[in-house]
Amino acid sequence: MSYDKRIDGRKFNELRPMTAKAGVIPNADGSAYVKMGKTEAYASVYGPRNLFPKFLQDPEKGILRCRYNMMPFSGAGERVRPGGSRRSKEISMVTEKALLPVLDLRQFPNSVIDVFIELSSTDAGSRCAGICAAAIALADAGIEMKDLPLAVAVGKVEDKILVDLCYDEEAYPGEVADIPVAILPRTGEITLLQMDGEVTKEQLMQALSLIKEVAPKIHQIQVEALKSRFQDYEAEE
Amino acid sequence: MDEEIKEEIKKALAEGIRFDGRKPLEFREITVEKGVVETAEGSARVRIGKTEVLCGVKMEVGTPYPDTPDEGTISVNAEFLPLASPDFEAGPPGDDAVELARVVDRGIREAKTLDFKKLCIVPGEKCWIVNIDICTINADGNLIDASGIAALAALQDTRLPKFDGERIDYHEKTEQKLPISREPIPVTVIKFGSSYIVDPSRIEEKTMDARLTAAVTEKGTICALQKGGDSPLTMEDVNRMIDIAVEKAAEIRKKLREA
Repeated sequence: MSYDKRIDGRKFNELRPMTAKAGVIPNADGSAYVKMGKTEAYASVYGPRNLFPKFLQDPEKGILRCRYNMMPFSGAGERVRPGGSRRSKEISMVTEKALLPVLDLRQFPNSVIDVFIELSSTDAGSRCAGICAAAIALADAGIEMKDLPLAVAVGKVEDKILVDLCYDEEAYPGEVADIPVAILPRTGEITLLQMDGEVTKEQLMQALSLIKEVAPKIHQIQVEALKSRFQDYEAEE
Repeated sequence: MDEEIKEEIKKALAEGIRFDGRKPLEFREITVEKGVVETAEGSARVRIGKTEVLCGVKMEVGTPYPDTPDEGTISVNAEFLPLASPDFEAGPPGDDAVELARVVDRGIREAKTLDFKKLCIVPGEKCWIVNIDICTINADGNLIDASGIAALAALQDTRLPKFDGERIDYHEKTEQKLPISREPIPVTVIKFGSSYIVDPSRIEEKTMDARLTAAVTEKGTICALQKGGDSPLTMEDVNRMIDIAVEKAAEIRKKLREA
């Protein structure tokens, strides 16, 4: 079978429409909103702040704590029961690992940086939107970062290698592989890599090389969000 | 610390001034947006100053309660997401979130906002369950009023998904709206010493003497009450606070109808 035309009419290397905004949650030390297609993610950063319970504190370095969560009305189907699931637990953990390499936690002994990611609407790619938002929120919080992580899914539908699958593609009744990836755009290093599906090694490498094409676009949207936030500050002063 | 701030707030209120420059009975700017969540059957975003809540309605088909076999039902839940405030922690809803959800639920239920009988599909077997979930985006005081307005707006925005008697097709919304006839709006009035204020900020909520939330219908009747805070209210307090709630509800109603 050949997948000649994408369900939503995009080119195979084309992202869904993406927007980002920094500083959307006044209470937070840093925050962001990212929309990728119909997937919408909020992220807020609190900290570095004192870590409790106290026995978790490490006088050598701070910790990063991420929580990924879907709002009860954010699923395309039935209501999502609040309270977390095995899935959200795992995504929280891999999100943490995706962001960790850019931080220098030795600067924050006995402290925690809390990153809360909330999805208000999902249509595939929610962990990627969450990571993109979290990266902006960390920068917005003024936390020193080596790089601005970004994430997007690549994959395969039937015979085609493509980028940023929407839900209808993930659920396509044929051969599908979904590969969420997070990278550090400066070095190209990979900080998150997962896959559902089956591919050859050649297809995998081909899919991963697609990231190089779209990463600059995502990076620019993240940077623009931060820049316009900075302009807002200047205007206020 | 809070005690000192409380004294300052009271002193300023005696002269009719609040910390953020508002008058005692002045709301912050309210905005209501409907249809903001793609995946929900109905949704609304309400902002009151820097407070922001998102409410989504998810429809479900279930079995009617044995004591009301010809009625559907609603369920209200509030999530105080740690995203929204340094004071909120991850985990199951705490006392505040449960109280808020129950006050919003009561306002909607007791005004008979929805015709529960029309939510029945097959008596004793199948009925619509209306799941109303409220999520905080930024908590900066007066979450109860914001949530009550958001819940009502989201219900008004809801369109039923297609149901073929067996399964719901969430990808297909019908033109059918919920059977809504009433418009209850909660207004929370705060007591500080001998002064009353509306739309409390975070610090005003923390230091208040008492609060009274009244859900007010479009007829000006009261359909739910909740007294909160550690201090008692006199009859005269209740009298004055209800007057204020009724007056403010009429103002908010105008805003909601414009949305």
